[in-house]
Amino acid sequence: MQGNAAVDARILQEFRAIVGQQGLISSPEDLHTYECDGLTNFRVLPLAVLLPTNTQQVQSIVRLCHVHCIPFVARGSGTGLSGGALPVENGVVISLARMNRILEVDLPNARVTVEPGVINLDVTGRVQPHGFFYAPDPSSQSVCSIGGNVAENSGGAHCLKYGFTTTHVLGLEVVLPDGSLVHLGGKCLDTPGYDLAGVFVGSEGTLGIATKIILRIVKRPECTRTLLAAFPGTNEASAAVSDIIAAGMLPAAIEMMDNLAIQAAEAAVHANYPDCGALLLVELDGPIAEVEALMSHVDELCRKNGAWEIRVAQSDSQRALVWKGRKAAFAAMGRISPNYIVQDGVIPRTALPQLMNEIAHLSRETGLRVANVFHAGDGNLHPLVLYDRHIPGQEKAAEALSFQILQLCLAAGGSITGEHGVGEEKKCMMPKMFSEPDLATMQRVRAAFDPLQLCNPTKVFPTPRLCGEKPGEYVPHPLESTGLAERF
Amino acid sequence: MPPTSSLEQQLAALVGSQAMRLATSADNVSGIQPQFVVAPESDQQLAAALTFANESGLAVIPCGGATKLDWGNPPKRADLVLSTARLDRILEHVWADLTVTVEAGCTLQSLQQMLAQHGQRLALDALWPARATIGGVLSTNDSGVLRIRFGALRDLLIGITLALPDGTLARSGGKVVKNVAGYDLPKLATGALGTLGIITCAVFRLHPLPRTTSAVTCSTNRLSDASHLLAALLDSTLAYSAVQVRVPAFDPPEFFVDVLFEGTEQGIANQIGHLQSLASSATVLEADHHVWNARESLHSQYLTDPSSSVLLKMSTCPSDALAAIATLTDLAKSRASCSAVLQATGLGTILLRGARNELHHVAKAFREKLQSSGGSLVALGNSILDADFDAWGSTGDALPLMRAIKTQLDPQNILNPGRFVGGI
Repeated sequence: MQGNAAVDARILQEFRAIVGQQGLISSPEDLHTYECDGLTNFRVLPLAVLLPTNTQQVQSIVRLCHVHCIPFVARGSGTGLSGGALPVENGVVISLARMNRILEVDLPNARVTVEPGVINLDVTGRVQPHGFFYAPDPSSQSVCSIGGNVAENSGGAHCLKYGFTTTHVLGLEVVLPDGSLVHLGGKCLDTPGYDLAGVFVGSEGTLGIATKIILRIVKRPECTRTLLAAFPGTNEASAAVSDIIAAGMLPAAIEMMDNLAIQAAEAAVHANYPDCGALLLVELDGPIAEVEALMSHVDELCRKNGAWEIRVAQSDSQRALVWKGRKAAFAAMGRISPNYIVQDGVIPRTALPQLMNEIAHLSRETGLRVANVFHAGDGNLHPLVLYDRHIPGQEKAAEALSFQILQLCLAAGGSITGEHGVGEEKKCMMPKMFSEPDLATMQRVRAAFDPLQLCNPTKVFPTPRLCGEKPGEYVPHPLESTGLAERF
Repeated sequence: MPPTSSLEQQLAALVGSQAMRLATSADNVSGIQPQFVVAPESDQQLAAALTFANESGLAVIPCGGATKLDWGNPPKRADLVLSTARLDRILEHVWADLTVTVEAGCTLQSLQQMLAQHGQRLALDALWPARATIGGVLSTNDSGVLRIRFGALRDLLIGITLALPDGTLARSGGKVVKNVAGYDLPKLATGALGTLGIITCAVFRLHPLPRTTSAVTCSTNRLSDASHLLAALLDSTLAYSAVQVRVPAFDPPEFFVDVLFEGTEQGIANQIGHLQSLASSATVLEADHHVWNARESLHSQYLTDPSSSVLLKMSTCPSDALAAIATLTDLAKSRASCSAVLQATGLGTILLRGARNELHHVAKAFREKLQSSGGSLVALGNSILDADFDAWGSTGDALPLMRAIKTQLDPQNILNPGRFVGGI
């Protein structure tokens, strides 16, 4: 059930009374900033944007929405890549950007309590002097918010060893869609009852709004070693990954980039990568003696699989440069193509060579180039379908190709999304991954949280509207056009 | 309720007469006597039996290895024990991807033995692995000391199939470790004591078996030394796989801090050296491999004499764990004897022995103390439960939401009615 109340002047006044004049955006020119998130080909103008500064304000806003049946969408930094923060027709956006305080740092218990607007990297920044870090590290971590990370169960390159956001969220204070406040999980493990914190993380803002999050932080390991290996192609690099896993090693990260991605990264940030068919970035961390013993084995396995150049980063700055190229990969695409679509499929690692061949085949068939960047350790692909929107038909072809790749991922036993979320973009793919009874069961859980369906109501699950009804070409986000923001 | 013989015939028609029997006193669940025990051979049969129970108003007790049927509150009703014993197959072990798909009735030991053939394991040390089934381990969220390095069941589980009372076999998660499509219902089912659905199948992420292992025990009879060592371990960069503190006696106290290392020989030797420098005021010796059975041993001691014992699961912040033991020592003085096995995560297993009314008094007071600082105390076993002290304690303000989820998935409340928090 969608909200059907127009946000008339009286309701705007009530919102204004909650958040103050500075906390309400209602003029059309200002609302454009919030009409999309990082997925710019879907745009909806919200009726208003609220910027609360504390939990009580969030509750009051949500209560008002509940009373007047106004759908609402929570928004963090707006960097999401699946349209999770895309406003809903006739709805409001509740931005958590002003709730950005780190509330408590409890080092003996390795916990930090934050408000949802805190930036991911700032958590590490706060605890780094004490030898800790916050493990989930999406490439957008210098701008994305913890609240957004919670919504998407964000990952990053180090998921293989350290897990995802859900691994590191111990508890949440949540405003439910009727405005009531609940506490899920807590500071101590195994709170009696259902693991509702576990259900909430990754629910893409459809079950409520997190207003406080208790995060787990991790002790920085004694040493970190990063190895870069150049291979003739992705098949050889994949075989090296398989051998590393088969040898019983669990690196902190294993990343792969193909030649097109390497070219783009070089053009953008000059990471000085070798010019090769495929690059592997393997990072091991832990006690020094352990890491050094394992690293020599990794070196052996890479050479055995045809690596013709191997470098090991000798310092923090060298390591940062190695990662700079990988983390800038998406943004770097702009150097080699006017437009691109990035996807986020996951496959079993063993299916990587087959998928690469299939993607290469599709690329040849369509005439569209596809650059590939993957979290090779956990099978999370980021194929970047390159196109030029000024060439008629290319954008539609690129969209179709990106969804075909997701179909291939499903056929290989994988998932349609490893970290970006389903959001608006991929909800039409949900019935291809899950059966109707599976989706119906999830909807029943959703109904327990949000019986009126006001909380980000159109996301994740397919709506009766035809998927792809609103095709979009990539248009720079208003903040990009003004030079205030960069695409990740 | 329809007459018993008619029920019997209908159940036999669903699962075959060889898959069902009349319950005996041995099938008693915390004092409640069921009528039937049914062991379907497939998940579709299980779903059909569950639907039948739902339509007939029968209360269902899901059962794996029957090792933890006395956990939680006694059921309000129990008509049908629905066993997963025949759903015991390992469906797929993709060793190169470090994942396994296994039916819920497979024992943990059977699974581990099969995985070991490819040098892998489910990084979990649950109780009674030869008898406990995957479904039961998940439903009770039973994990041990490996949790500090490898995570809890919620972190190892990547996909699940749940049989719901309306006959739905609902899948969520998937077969790949990294997957954020849809709601994380595997986490909802973990620790839910079968009250939302019966787990029929699970997909886990695996870890390699360690190349080498070595363990040490640091012993002291001073609480302050044990506390300092524990804090130093947590603050260090040591890559241990397990840390536990055994407190076999409280008064006078003895503390044994056991630390497990896994990895390469060089790595381990180095780390043990580092540990020795941290444990300067304790005696450090090679650990006997039996120390890792300490938690199970407490459970076994409880089961030999539940009438004068209580087995408790404590959760507190790691930095408060030993202080909590000091608190318990005071509360239990002259009322009960105590022994405990604590994990570095702040979880602990505590065995109290004494007269029932004294145990009740101590457990209730200890629960109040723990809850006041955000912790919890759960009774595992029903020896002292009553209206004043249920198995779980407080669930805080999320109970109405939990009830709403229960109502959505089990509207007739046939699954383990009354056994869970808040009488769910």
